[in-house]
Amino acid sequence: MRKSNYTSFFKKLALLAGTAMLLSGCDAALMDPKGPIGEQQKTLIITAIVLMLIVVIPAIAMTFIFAWKYRASNKDATYSPNWSHSNKIEAVVWGIPCVIILVLAIITWKTSHSLDPFKPLDHEKAPLNVRVVALDWKWLFIYPEQQIATVNEVAFPVDRPVHFQITSDTVMNSFFIPRLGSQIYAMAGMETDLHLLASEPGDYHGFSAQYSGAGFSGMDFTAHAYSDDQFGSWVDRVKQSSKQLDQATYDQLAKPSEDAPVEYYSTVMPNLFASIIQKYMGGQSVGGNEGMHHQGAEE
Amino acid sequence: MFGKLSLEAVPYHEPIIMGAIGFIILGGLAMAAALTYFRKWGYLWKEWLTSVDHKRLGVMYIIVAMVMLLRGFADAVMMRSQQAIANGANEGYLPPHHYDQIFTAHGVIMIFFMAMPFMIGLMNIVVPLQIGARDVAFPFLNSLSFWLFFAGVVLVNLSLGLGEFAKTGWLAYPPLSGIKYSPGVGVDYYIWALQISGIGTLLTGVNFFVTILKMRAPGMSLMKMPIFTWTILVTAVLIMAAFPILTATLGLLTLDRYLEMHFFTNDLGGNMMMYVNLIWAWGHPEVYILILPAFGIFSEVTATFCSKRLFGYTSMVYATAAIGFLSFIVWLHHFFTMGAGGNVNAFFGIATMVISIPTGVKIFNWLFTMYQGRVRFTTPILWTLGFLVTFSIGGMTGVLLAVPGADFVLHNSLFLIAHFHNVIIGGVVFGYLAGFTYWFPKAFGFTLNERLGKCAFWCWLVGFYFAFMPLYVLGFMGMTRRLNHYDNPEWQAYLIVAAIGAGIIALGIGFQLLQIVVSVMQRHKNRDVTGDPWGARTLEWSMSSPPPFYNFAHTPVVKERDAFWDMKENKDAYHTPQGYQKIHMPKNTAAGLTISAFSLVIGFALIWHIWWLAIVGTVGCLISVIVRMFNDDIDYYVPAEEVERIESEHLKNIANQA
Amino acid sequence: MSTEAVNNHNAHAHGHEHEHHDASDMKVFGFWVYLMTDCILFATIFATFAVLANSYAGGPTGAEIFELPFVLTETMILLVSSFTFGLASIAGHHGKKSSVLGWLFVTFLLGLSFIIMEIYEFHHLIAEGFGPHNSAFLSAFFTLVGTHGLHVTCGLIWLVVMMVQIKKNGLDTNNNTRMMNLSLFWHFLDIIWIFVFTVVYLLGVL
Repeated sequence: MRKSNYTSFFKKLALLAGTAMLLSGCDAALMDPKGPIGEQQKTLIITAIVLMLIVVIPAIAMTFIFAWKYRASNKDATYSPNWSHSNKIEAVVWGIPCVIILVLAIITWKTSHSLDPFKPLDHEKAPLNVRVVALDWKWLFIYPEQQIATVNEVAFPVDRPVHFQITSDTVMNSFFIPRLGSQIYAMAGMETDLHLLASEPGDYHGFSAQYSGAGFSGMDFTAHAYSDDQFGSWVDRVKQSSKQLDQATYDQLAKPSEDAPVEYYSTVMPNLFASIIQKYMGGQSVGGNEGMHHQGAEE
Repeated sequence: MFGKLSLEAVPYHEPIIMGAIGFIILGGLAMAAALTYFRKWGYLWKEWLTSVDHKRLGVMYIIVAMVMLLRGFADAVMMRSQQAIANGANEGYLPPHHYDQIFTAHGVIMIFFMAMPFMIGLMNIVVPLQIGARDVAFPFLNSLSFWLFFAGVVLVNLSLGLGEFAKTGWLAYPPLSGIKYSPGVGVDYYIWALQISGIGTLLTGVNFFVTILKMRAPGMSLMKMPIFTWTILVTAVLIMAAFPILTATLGLLTLDRYLEMHFFTNDLGGNMMMYVNLIWAWGHPEVYILILPAFGIFSEVTATFCSKRLFGYTSMVYATAAIGFLSFIVWLHHFFTMGAGGNVNAFFGIATMVISIPTGVKIFNWLFTMYQGRVRFTTPILWTLGFLVTFSIGGMTGVLLAVPGADFVLHNSLFLIAHFHNVIIGGVVFGYLAGFTYWFPKAFGFTLNERLGKCAFWCWLVGFYFAFMPLYVLGFMGMTRRLNHYDNPEWQAYLIVAAIGAGIIALGIGFQLLQIVVSVMQRHKNRDVTGDPWGARTLEWSMSSPPPFYNFAHTPVVKERDAFWDMKENKDAYHTPQGYQKIHMPKNTAAGLTISAFSLVIGFALIWHIWWLAIVGTVGCLISVIVRMFNDDIDYYVPAEEVERIESEHLKNIANQA
Repeated sequence: MSTEAVNNHNAHAHGHEHEHHDASDMKVFGFWVYLMTDCILFATIFATFAVLANSYAGGPTGAEIFELPFVLTETMILLVSSFTFGLASIAGHHGKKSSVLGWLFVTFLLGLSFIIMEIYEFHHLIAEGFGPHNSAFLSAFFTLVGTHGLHVTCGLIWLVVMMVQIKKNGLDTNNNTRMMNLSLFWHFLDIIWIFVFTVVYLLGVL
């Protein structure tokens, strides 16, 4: 008796700890998104979990019920040592998971397309273009329209789509701002695209979600979602920087460094982004963005 | 003369590593001293190291697996403790140079040098006995497989004290693992350890495929095979189809590193995504290579300890085969974030979810095996119940990760880490430990201490939830994997809980080791006299424990699925045969050991660029293969009298028992 | 073995014959299964070649460096070697030891010429500045052809061992099984080469 009391005490404790964790998890980045992509992903995650619980909860419950009811010491329970087949049960255990997976598959098919990171967002405002280069171990952001560049800090206006064009001048990284939604790999010689939108102003944590070597842990940045005015003044502030991103500065920047500080560059040499991709193409022509986009998709 | 190798390769300045090395050296010396003192070197050499007996090889696999479990777990404890403290101004105690090696080694060791040998060990011990065979199809090859695997183990452990291990993550994605970004010997250790042991695994796959197809007892049609053997058959097919891809992929990475080729480099036309595709074309089936045998174990354990036929045998077989097939068309779900486009992602996502259908069916079949059964709460059944609950959760989070839209935010996060530990600990480890407890008396002749086994189980179970539930939450909080340090006070509490969980698991492992020691001490009390301590159903229980070296004096004739249960029901078990015949057996040989030793030399020489030594190794390897080819003295006959003596003793024991 | 156990009252000798027969069957089956895994290894390398076939990276294309007549000669030599191995097998079935040895030796010479030609081709390309480190396409080319060549080299060593074994023990059960396995291996390499020739050389030049 004493022993079972202890067990139930520990079970309660575990339950309590579990609930506490889940509750505090509710303001977690993915459960409190700040943009429509993240919103949709939150809904998708919750829907999928609820759907699967239809099977998982009965399975777990049955584990406890069957194990207890048919314990060897319970001689009252029916014992059918040779019973091993039932078409009805088989139909249910194959059928119900099939139906659930069918529903989930339809949702998956739809969301794989609607949430495809390459897909431009449907929005009245034209997107802001930001080019992103993963370096050892920092992020370079190039604003082609504003002709400025920054390191480890990116800013954009709230309620305007942002089109990130992403590549790497080193090993593979993954560009990720959890509060806004999807991540995508940054790969040398290739360009990947990511369309995001912030619907609330704020400073969001961004980082590389793909281990890339010694300085990986410090390879993070702040993403500022500003009002239009704030964004304008941020651009002005960057433009006042004395630093300029020319080839020599870039070559210096591209060298490995850890926990790199934020940098502002008031000008940036034209075609820097294209040339970073180009240099890995080994003399082959780039053939426009289209050719590169889905290069990763090939096996 | 010694390539890149010099005395500087020893990390004198790393106290943790030097401590570990000291521990290994002391342990080795103690072992050698004990062997010398008890004069057991000859016994060890004759009875074990040169043995081609599948049971002995199985035991050796599992011993190595357990030692490597300790090493891999030590890595886990270091990671958990580092992450528990390395917040904000506190850098923790492991610099990236060391930490990055630890998480790489942890993954590599746990998958290749803990889970794989544990599984192969169990199948070695059990499969020939379950199908009524005297050994595997190619006993010498089996010994070679073991020693090749062991060469890999030696290389991984050498990397601890000589040079470094890879700092790339367990799959060594290029270009990070290429010569430009990883110029050290770490990746080379990784390549050669995996390459050499991988060839061993491939040969095991071939061996067991042929064994199961060609050596079943008369009457045992495919649909009368025990489920564990079925899962091993599918596993063998997966090994044969997947491991050549690993061999080729590592080979190409080797060429990139050694001969400056451009398969996976950034420049000159290399395509690193090809590596990622190839490695997962092996890697995903690999996951099922690990889990399918565990499914087989749960099937055997459930039927035995419920004293009831397995529910839905046919479903189980088809589900196993379906999972095996599907495992080859889902690899892309490991990198949805590569940007493959909606159609491709959706296809692989849905294919992945489809796997959950046969897997779910299996879960329900185990449940309905318990239904109207007589469940005996022994340690193996506790592992099974723990598995049913834990794996259901892990399966659910797995399907969630298979939805590309959700994976875009969960990829590479701690949610992913929690998921695969959820299925690997909750499925693979629980399964192997259930199988370990279940078959231990068969291999050694005495049962394991139940009380300590249950303590181990509860620690593992509770420890698992403490260690990994927080990681699910951290994944939702946006924490990515492989971080050496972070600046987020909100995360730390969870990571401390996770570290406590690792501590509880450590207790579980401690109980497990204690269980073995105590059980060995109590072996006379817990002796398994009948050979059937659990009232089991399959042929391996029809003989003495441990089985005679030739397994079956007479090849059994199978009429039903649960062949031994059927024999017991029909009073057909344990009868004295009318006579015995001499038995044809393979001779022990040191050839497998020798060939592997030279492979180890090749691997070591290539890691350190000691070219002359590599040539010595290659020539040695070739000569030992040719010598083996010319050796015709490879078998002998056990005289009928000896068979009779051994068998009568067992039958006498059973009669005494009754 | 199985028969032996079922009818354990039957004559002893009968059972043993079966045992040897089964064991030899199993070895051939096992080796065949192993070859299938080797096939997957080649398939992987072929797939890599297919992906990188156009990644010239400013280096030469296949059409610029391959000398088709030379490779065609190589191909014919290997095909003929498969034929001569077939003759050795037939002689083996008839128990003609010296004839087996003769044809195996011819096969060996043909295989050796194939390897020598391949080495010449590689050396020539590297000397011209088209080594495997010059582009992904060349890496894939050298690796695919080289892997096949390595297999043929192993086959040559095995041929020598086989000839010595036959010379020593004649055409006994063991050696017949070995001959069977070696012939599977040799013909397998031939089939692989047909694919190499078609995919790498013909499609490369066309």
